[in-house]
Amino acid sequence: MTLIPADITRDVIEAKLRGRKADVAGAAFRYLLLACLGLVLAALTTLLWNVSSVGVPYLGERGLLDFLSRYGSSQADIAGVYQALTGTIQMGIIIIVVAFPLGVATAVYMEEYARDGLFTRIVGLVIRNLAGVPAIVYGLLGAALFARGGLEGLTGTESLLSAGLTLSVLVLPIVVITSAEALRSVPASLREGGFGAGATRWEVIRTLVLPNAFPAILTGTILSLARGLGEAAPLLLIGAKDFFSGGEFGDLQGNFTSLPYLIARWAKLPSSQGWPDNTQAAIVVTLVVILGINAVGIFLRNHYEKRTR
Amino acid sequence: MSQTPAPTGIAMPDHTRPEHAPTPGAVHHRGEHREGTVVFDVEDLAVYYGDFRAVRDVRVQVRQNEVTAFIGPSGCGKTTVLRCFNRMNDLIEIARVEGKLSYHGVDLYDPDVNPVEVRRRIGMVFQKPNPFPKSIYDNVAYGPRTSGLAKKGSGLDDIVEQSLRRAALWDEVKDRLKASGMGLSGGQQQRLCIARALATDPEVVLMDEPCSALDPIATGRIEDLMEEIKEQYTIVIVTHNMQQAARVSDRCAFFTTEVNEESDTRTGLLVEFDATETMFSNPSDERTENYVTGRFG
Repeated sequence: MTLIPADITRDVIEAKLRGRKADVAGAAFRYLLLACLGLVLAALTTLLWNVSSVGVPYLGERGLLDFLSRYGSSQADIAGVYQALTGTIQMGIIIIVVAFPLGVATAVYMEEYARDGLFTRIVGLVIRNLAGVPAIVYGLLGAALFARGGLEGLTGTESLLSAGLTLSVLVLPIVVITSAEALRSVPASLREGGFGAGATRWEVIRTLVLPNAFPAILTGTILSLARGLGEAAPLLLIGAKDFFSGGEFGDLQGNFTSLPYLIARWAKLPSSQGWPDNTQAAIVVTLVVILGINAVGIFLRNHYEKRTR
Repeated sequence: MSQTPAPTGIAMPDHTRPEHAPTPGAVHHRGEHREGTVVFDVEDLAVYYGDFRAVRDVRVQVRQNEVTAFIGPSGCGKTTVLRCFNRMNDLIEIARVEGKLSYHGVDLYDPDVNPVEVRRRIGMVFQKPNPFPKSIYDNVAYGPRTSGLAKKGSGLDDIVEQSLRRAALWDEVKDRLKASGMGLSGGQQQRLCIARALATDPEVVLMDEPCSALDPIATGRIEDLMEEIKEQYTIVIVTHNMQQAARVSDRCAFFTTEVNEESDTRTGLLVEFDATETMFSNPSDERTENYVTGRFG
C-alpha cells in the first residue's frame, strides 16, 4: 500500500531540495568554538612572546653556550644554568628508571591479574586521588622519607637522589593511570586469540598486550615525565639550592638544583641587577628541554605504532 | 562373523563372481552413520554468569573426524557452550560451569586440568578474524613458539608452511610471509587464524561463527576447508546459518531460548541433537522443525 503524492514533479522536488534554511545555532556554535581556540592560542603566544622576546636576545648577546655552561652565581651576568640542567636531566633519568617500571608493573597487575573486587577498586580510587594531590605534599613526603627518614644513608639526605625519588613518587600515580588506560584499550579479541592459541597469561601479556599498549603507555609516561620535571615546589622541601658548588653528572648524593627551581629563585631576585633577563633565558631553556622530551615521546610512539601494525 | 546371503529375490547369487566372495571383517550397514570415537561427552551442562543461568541441559556427544554444528537463534548459548570446550570461559571471572564435560573421558573441569594444555589440544577460531598485529609468519608460529613445540629454526618453517597449506592460504601468502597479517583481506585473515589454530597440532578445532564476517565466496572457501581438514581434525562449529550447518556438519545440536518469567532474562537450552540429515529432514521436536524450516529465529 503505497501512497505516492500526485505532485512529485521535477520542479517540486527541486524546490524542496534546494531550499536552504540557515543553520543559525550551528554556525553560532562553530564560531564560539573557534573563539575558544583563538583565546587559548592567544594566551600561549603571549606567554611564548613574553618569555622569548627577552630571553632569546639575552641568550644571543651572552652566548648560549656560556649560559648553559656557567654555574650558579650571585651575579646575574655570570650566573648560568649548568647545574640546573644536569639536575633536571638526572632527575629525569631517575624518574625513568624508578617510576616507569614500577608504575607500568602496577598497572599490569591491576589490569591483567587482579580480580575485580573491593580491593582493586579501593586501590584504583586511591591511585586516582593521589594523582591529584598537590606537589608540595609530595615534597613533604620526600623530605620525610628520603631526605630525613630511614633512607638518608642511601640518599645522602638532601640530595639529587632524594629529589629524583620524590619526583618519581609524584609521577607514579599518573604513570599507573595512563598505563592502565592503555592496557584497557587493548582489544579483547587480541587476548582471546592468544589464549586460544594456547599461550599462558604471562605469554599473552608479554607478546601481545604489552607491545600493543606500548605506544600509549609511552605517551602517558613521557607526559608525566614532563610534568614531574616541571615541578619546583617539592624540591624546595628537599633542599634544592641556587648557589652552590658541585652538581656534576653522577653526583647523586650531592647538592642539586633544577630548572624550574632556579627560575622560581631568580624571579625573586632584584630586577636592577639584570636577573629578569636571566630568568627569561632560563625559561626558554626549560621550554626547549620540555619540547625535546615531548618530541622524543612522539617519535618513539610513531616508531612503535608502525611496528605493531 | 556370519555371512548372510544377499536377498536378491528369485535368482540364486553367482558365487563365482569376485564381488560375491565372502569379505572377512568389516560389516557395512548401508545408510547408517559409522560411529566414531566420542571426543567430547557432555552431560547436563549448565553455564552460569554469577547467579544468571545462561544455558542449561546440554547433552551432546562430539565424535572424531566429524563436524558437529551448534545452531539456534541469538542468545541461545551456543557460543557459551562452545567456549566451555577449551575453557575459554575461564577468562570471564564470574562464569561457572556445572555438569559433566569430558574429553576422551577426562573431566575438563577437573581442578588438576591445565587450561593452557587444553587450549593447545583444542584450538579455536573466533567470530571476527583476529590476527595478531604481527607478520603472517609470526601469526602462525605464535602457538608453536609459546608452547615450546618448536624452538627457533627447528622445523618452525615447516610447521608454518604446513599449517598455511592446510588452511588453503599458502599459495596466496608464500611470497610475503614477513608482511603483516592485518594487511590481508577478511577471508584471508580468517584462514590465517585457522592456520594459527592448526599450528599447535590440535586434535579439535572449535569455530565460533567463523564466516559471519565474511562474504559468500570467502565463506565457501572456509566451508570447503572444513570439509578437507575434518579428515585429520574434529570440528565443532557454531553458526547462525542453517544452510551452512546443513552443508558442512555431520551432527547438529539445536538450541533455543526460554524467557525466565520473574527476572526477564533468557536462558538457552538444548532442544535436540542428532545426525544433521535427521535434524533437517525429520526432526523429532516441533521447535527444531519450526526453526529449520524458517518459521522462527
